[in-house]
Amino acid sequence: MSALPGLALPSLWNRRGTAALTVFAIGVSVALLLSVQMLRSSARESFSGTISGTDLVVGPRTGPVNLLLYSVFHIGEPAANVSWASYRLVSGHRDVAWTVPLVLGDSHRGFRVVGTDANFFTHYRYAGGKPLRLAEGHPPQGSGEATLGHEVARAHGYRPGAPIVLAHGLGAGSFLQHEDSPVRVAGVLAPTGTPVDRAVYVDLATLEAIHGPAHSGPEPAAITAFLVGMRNRDTTLVMQRALSEYRGEALQAVIPGVALAELWRVVGIVDRVLLAVSACVALAGLLGLLAAILTSLNERRREMAILRSVGARPRHIFGLLLLEAGLLAAAGALAGIGLAYGLLLLARPWVAARYGLELGLRPLGLTELAILGAVIGAALVLSAFPAWRAYRVALADGLNVRL
Amino acid sequence: MAVPAIELRDLAFGWQAAEPLLSIPDFAVARGERVFLYGPSGSGKSTLLGLVGGVTRPDRGVIRLLGEDLTAMSGSQRDAFRAEHVGFIFQLFNLVPYLSVLDNVLLPLRFSRRRRERIDDPPAEARRLLGALGLEGERLAGRHVTELSVGQQQRVAAARALLGRAEILVADEPTSALDADARDSFLSLLMRECAAARTSVLFVSHDRSLGRHFDRVVALTATGVEPAPGAQS
Repeated sequence: MSALPGLALPSLWNRRGTAALTVFAIGVSVALLLSVQMLRSSARESFSGTISGTDLVVGPRTGPVNLLLYSVFHIGEPAANVSWASYRLVSGHRDVAWTVPLVLGDSHRGFRVVGTDANFFTHYRYAGGKPLRLAEGHPPQGSGEATLGHEVARAHGYRPGAPIVLAHGLGAGSFLQHEDSPVRVAGVLAPTGTPVDRAVYVDLATLEAIHGPAHSGPEPAAITAFLVGMRNRDTTLVMQRALSEYRGEALQAVIPGVALAELWRVVGIVDRVLLAVSACVALAGLLGLLAAILTSLNERRREMAILRSVGARPRHIFGLLLLEAGLLAAAGALAGIGLAYGLLLLARPWVAARYGLELGLRPLGLTELAILGAVIGAALVLSAFPAWRAYRVALADGLNVRL
Repeated sequence: MAVPAIELRDLAFGWQAAEPLLSIPDFAVARGERVFLYGPSGSGKSTLLGLVGGVTRPDRGVIRLLGEDLTAMSGSQRDAFRAEHVGFIFQLFNLVPYLSVLDNVLLPLRFSRRRRERIDDPPAEARRLLGALGLEGERLAGRHVTELSVGQQQRVAAARALLGRAEILVADEPTSALDADARDSFLSLLMRECAAARTSVLFVSHDRSLGRHFDRVVALTATGVEPAPGAQS
């Protein structure tokens, strides 16, 4: 079979127009498949890195995923509150290193307002332990200041010093605006690629002040949820259990990683669908290859007869066609790798600046290699069909082909 | 008596069993002999060449090449035998369009180890053959075959058929697309080269005037291969 490479290459070069198109079609579909695969793992990493370094998320008893959704992802409405007394009890516990209170319920132009305290800015971690960073300004200091997530500031062009008005409830057209007590932008956070980018952070005192003189003092009567960091991680389960069994109030404590994994099982369907769609695109690219080979068969009958007359066996004909298909698919796979990395390289700074998402630019992993292998393998399987036809034709035509 | 290059005995072939297209009781080409086979169109000469080439099998009878019985061989054995011992020239379109002149001439060596081993320096031998057949090998060798005239293409095909000292050359109307001058010069060069290499030739054509280049002229008829008068020189 050593005779074949010397034939396959010039043969492909002779039909380089069609060959280039075929390689391009396969390349684009492989690039799509690879980028989706690589984005998938980035998306998953980013998703599971939404919150890290927090040992427990504590809130009223509603179900772990629900609690995580509204306290961390800012999706949905909290059903109940946690009393300030319970919060104080936990934050004063000897095993607890720190706590971050979260109060939800207000919004600004469709973005959630989160009431918290300075602990949020020191202890909140994402993406495997990254702390929050300020792009400009500083965290809210006392009443009347707000620090914005990156996307909030970008959407409305807010800079430190700008006044903003908080609205009661959610939605852009909320009727009850706290117009009498405007808040000043104190700082803007750097992009994180987490829901933090889409939230407005104010001090608990700010919310108390604008929600009226019902009770004075900077501390609320109740908060929505809170985050807990333990001094020693080993005590997390003990604390979780203690909170769940707490008699004073119906509380639940959720380990973020566990709830995130549960949530991903739902959200992850989307990226599997995406992967399936790109697999179909890859299949379309391969069908293009099949069509190109099939249409070339008839015009190559004479060539096959010549090869037979100089001693090529029918299996050489079969091998030649298979080799050509394999070379095209391999070239397409290579082009796809180049295209995928090129695109990722180009998109990386932009995606990082805009979404705070670090696209993982890493060498091809086993999964990607398996995908490439599958593409080339599928090309060989598909082209076995025209190759077999050429084999049959070569047997039947023998040495005489009339054109 | 020496083993003939080609030997056909009691040969019968027909696409329909009832009416054989071809029936040859006895025909042989000796080693080194050059035979002109006159066959008008429809006489079954393409079928005969397919049989001699080992591509098709006869319904009946024996085909021996160099003493080996083709009819006793499997398909791939016949393919291998053809690759080792037989060179072909067809009427037209002999060359693989995407290979250079030189690579076309060297093509049989890709499939036959024996023919490869018979030559020390294949490209040099290919150039020598091209030169002997009236093509300036050096200049043409790297050219694309599509740039050649039909006459040049046929010479390239002849060089390819002879490369590696194939014992048998089978030619099917190789000159019918050439004008009279080109035809004669092509044939005399080809015959000279075959004589030098002691190559047996079975040359099939409907053009009787070519018979004078050959040792023997026969005609393919419904009942077999019969001696035929050559054209006057």
